[in-house]
Amino acid sequence: MNRTHSRRRGLAPRVARTSAALAAAALVAAGCSGPAEGDGGGTAIDYWLWDANQLPAYQRCAEAFEEQNPDLQVRISQYGWDDYWSKLTAGFVAGAGPDVFTDHLTRYPEFAQRDLLVDLSTLEATADTDPGGFQAGLTDLWTGQDDGLYGMPKDFDTIALFYDRNLVEEAGLSPEDLDGLDWNPEDGGSFEEVIAHLSVDEAGVRGDEEGFDAGNVAVYGMASNGSGGTDGQTQWSWLAASTGWNYTNADVWGTEYHFDDPRVQDSLAWLFGLVDKGFMAPFEEVGTAPNPQQALGSGRAALSANGSWMLGTYANLEGIDLGIASLPSGPVGHPVSMYNGLGDSISAQSPDPEEAARWVAFLGSDDCQRLVGEAGVVFPARPAGTEAAIEAFADRGLDVSPFTDLVDNGYTVFFPVTDNYGEISALVTPIMDEIYIGSRDVGTLTEVNEQVNSILGGG
Amino acid sequence: MALATTTRAGREGRRRRRDDTRLALAFILPATIGLVMFYFWPLLRGIYLSFTSWDLLSPVEFIGGDNYVRMVSDPVFWNAVRVTIQYVVINIGVQTVVALLLAVLMQRLSQSTLMRGLVLTPYLVSNVVAALVFLWILDFQLGIGNQLLEWIGLDRIGFFTTEAWAIPTIALVNVWRHMGYTALLIFAGLQTIPPTMYEAGRIDGASETRMFFGITLPLLRPILGLVLIVSVIGSFQVFDTVAVTTSGGPVDASRVLQVYIYDKAFAQFDFGYASALSVALLIILMVVTFLQYRITRAGQTDLS
Repeated sequence: MNRTHSRRRGLAPRVARTSAALAAAALVAAGCSGPAEGDGGGTAIDYWLWDANQLPAYQRCAEAFEEQNPDLQVRISQYGWDDYWSKLTAGFVAGAGPDVFTDHLTRYPEFAQRDLLVDLSTLEATADTDPGGFQAGLTDLWTGQDDGLYGMPKDFDTIALFYDRNLVEEAGLSPEDLDGLDWNPEDGGSFEEVIAHLSVDEAGVRGDEEGFDAGNVAVYGMASNGSGGTDGQTQWSWLAASTGWNYTNADVWGTEYHFDDPRVQDSLAWLFGLVDKGFMAPFEEVGTAPNPQQALGSGRAALSANGSWMLGTYANLEGIDLGIASLPSGPVGHPVSMYNGLGDSISAQSPDPEEAARWVAFLGSDDCQRLVGEAGVVFPARPAGTEAAIEAFADRGLDVSPFTDLVDNGYTVFFPVTDNYGEISALVTPIMDEIYIGSRDVGTLTEVNEQVNSILGGG
Repeated sequence: MALATTTRAGREGRRRRRDDTRLALAFILPATIGLVMFYFWPLLRGIYLSFTSWDLLSPVEFIGGDNYVRMVSDPVFWNAVRVTIQYVVINIGVQTVVALLLAVLMQRLSQSTLMRGLVLTPYLVSNVVAALVFLWILDFQLGIGNQLLEWIGLDRIGFFTTEAWAIPTIALVNVWRHMGYTALLIFAGLQTIPPTMYEAGRIDGASETRMFFGITLPLLRPILGLVLIVSVIGSFQVFDTVAVTTSGGPVDASRVLQVYIYDKAFAQFDFGYASALSVALLIILMVVTFLQYRITRAGQTDLS
């Protein structure tokens, strides 16, 4: 743990040592074993990830990798999302972090800015990464402002609608009726008609019938996943984006946000306006930790927009017959989803960056991504892996084309990769909560946008 | 053992008085190391960092009083101060009254050790567990608390999810957890009041209420003062219950100082500003403690 490179510039050695000791104590307290030298000799590579569902697949990748590279060993650690980032930060401070770790688009810009990540194009094994080998655009997300590649695309995700077939059929609709819906921010289009029809009050009156009591709802047409904060990934990104709106003035590394655009404001007003109509649960009911899968599983809500990474969770819900429908098409004439993806980054503190790069290259290869795809948890970034995942889901009776068609057709917008995301998010999230609660008008986002842009510009 | 050596050393030892300073230092040393390393050093370093911009991962840069200037014009900070004070007032107000009542009941009504033990049990539950349990009990949809409300014909309440209820709910959850402990401290204070006082009171025909206000309360003042000082300091530092139940929401309704400091430091890596916020909390606590000490005259007793 006390590797020599733990002394980072700008830190008094004493502090570095103390933090390292504290980090070590924390690790021990958390019941995980600190790095020990590999058992079979050779170089050990520490790899971190947060998704427990994917751990088995990556374990298989590591085994395959070690077979091909007997001189290297991969040690995988998994920590829950919340712990993951504090441990990673502590790891960076103490110089005791992993060599390779799963990275997120909201986090990597700040790491890259502080020279904590290695540009993959400078390492032998990953120098010739071909962007064409991945689903379109994924490497763009991981390309920094200096054109360095800071993450090897590992998977991607899009948004679709989950529903319970039984509930939909009870309402006299067929799964086909949920396909090809249209939406607009003014009257909600046929999408709102379906949501209204699927909402039922305590007396059994449907949302599109006379006498529907919006104050006493038994089944909400739309499941709530909270206010969505800055990106509204599963909540409103797909609504706003289907009006032709985009978060910023560029696909990646935008320098101005667009919360002052009436299109996003109208989309938000429509979505959170569902609360008053009795078609979506009020903030009061879901709070800051919404659980849309539970709402769907318990029959509290009929439709739930969520990300492809939730497929496994929804598929495991008991007592429902899961169906997946495409997002409604918006004013632009087709559905649009946010397109987000995870990557594997190499820490600049790794003592063996070249060896780490060999592991990262393998993580980004067809071999590993096919293994990950076969596990049927997420959609790997390489087409071969995506195919494997589609098959794995099909074996479980799930047609996941509503997720993958979006990518095939290019109906996507990128996750907003910008500087200072943490500070922007801290500003915008409570404001979005207020809009959901109903105590703030969407029009005020115009002023908020100025503040956001000054954070973005001011650094 | 030390004693045996002294006697054997005998006269010589008395002439050249044995110096046990070194031994004393050796005994104090472990605690001192802990105190210096985990209290004084972080305190000094925290104050130093409050004059810098440091984001944990890049070099420390001295920026003078900028963080404090920023703080004065930061609406979230002032909101945090307001919310924290609101929490402390509800928490301490209710807790002290309930604990005092419990302590007097333990003293005057029941001598049962079992009862005294039972009162303390909530304190044995960790803050996080207590918060989680109440989060479930008071859940808007599934909570048994809300089901009861509905059952007796009232509307459901979003205890942790509405701005008006969040702080009172969290304050009362912590009252539930801490009242037994506070009651025990007050109870210990009650034990110092001589029973003869009550005998005298009874002979003079005073009622229980009269004796409570005439004897118990005045004689308890120094203890009550100290209990208040300790519990107010703890109350200002509320964090875990909020982190578990609302994480500062809805909007900023329960974003107490500690939660804001944590957000700034560990979510946004703005350690400089977070340190300045911590120093502000330290100053608030020092002022409040000083005032309390003076007002309650906790250093003096009327019992003599």
